[in-house]
Amino acid sequence: MEQHVLVVFPHPDDETFGCGGTIAQFTKSGVPVTYVCGTMGQMGRNMGRPFFANRESLPSIREAELEKACQAIGIQHLIKLGLRDKTIEFEDPEQLTDRIEQILKEVRPSLVITHYPGHAVHPDHNALGDVTIRAVSRLSLQERPIVYAHAFARDCQDMLGAPDIINDISAVSEMKLAAIRAHRSQSQVILPRLGNGQFKNPSSKNSYSHMLERESFWTYRFS
Amino acid sequence: MDPINKSIVQSALNGFLNRDVYLHLETTNGAYAVHRKESNMTVGAYIRNGRICFGRGIITGDGPYRVGLKIELGWVYAEGLTDFETDQEGRLLLAGHDQDGRLAVALELSLSPFEL
Repeated sequence: MEQHVLVVFPHPDDETFGCGGTIAQFTKSGVPVTYVCGTMGQMGRNMGRPFFANRESLPSIREAELEKACQAIGIQHLIKLGLRDKTIEFEDPEQLTDRIEQILKEVRPSLVITHYPGHAVHPDHNALGDVTIRAVSRLSLQERPIVYAHAFARDCQDMLGAPDIINDISAVSEMKLAAIRAHRSQSQVILPRLGNGQFKNPSSKNSYSHMLERESFWTYRFS
Repeated sequence: MDPINKSIVQSALNGFLNRDVYLHLETTNGAYAVHRKESNMTVGAYIRNGRICFGRGIITGDGPYRVGLKIELGWVYAEGLTDFETDQEGRLLLAGHDQDGRLAVALELSLSPFEL
């Protein structure tokens, strides 16, 4: 049984699409979840469909969507790092590692969920996952939480083998779906695919087909 | 934002002539373009709060539209612009959206720096 879960991702909606069901399972069973969100997704290209956001209004719209999504899956504590979308890999990694380390020491999580560096497609994902792993590795073995790394590059199974954690999230799929809907500006483009059953059709090969059924992670092995 | 009205945008551009202006210029095909096999390259570029001064600024085309700003030592250029907004702070926001409403190009001008 986990005591406290710390989730570290760069964009509002990463927590929902990547592990919203897993988070909901924890919060439903009374385990507190803290979300460290790196940026406000200022440079996202999805503006809603039909679009209702623009480049300048997007950050505050996404911030409000994030608060709503957090409510939907039971996240009570949200920490915003205030970084800028697409720039994390260019920041000083030492400074970012210090900040994450400080948060780790305050929150003292038993489990950390972050992106698997090098296997998470978006440069922000890989960069923040990297500094989070670095921060965890600074802790002594006794203090060190377990890390679930989230990977979804097309070749990630070839590179990493099969994920060792596969969570059946079907019991909390409605909570995840509510969080997906809360991220309205980002999810409206894909939501029509829900209507024609692609979310739940196990034979569908599109990347959304398993979104409400299961979530997978690799337990990070520290060398 | 609304579909571009050329004469409104042209007069807004005129309002920025020969002044110190902050520029936001970007183009993107999405961070997941290759991952989702929408393209064989993920391509994007942006400059935020570049400070420029232009003596000539024109919107042209029949939609999607193009904008060229002639600066002292060169040009600022964007094409594929479909929508515009002049907001309460006097900023001119121009963007090009695809059929799914996703932003593909943006050119924005402001007399004060854009928020980071």
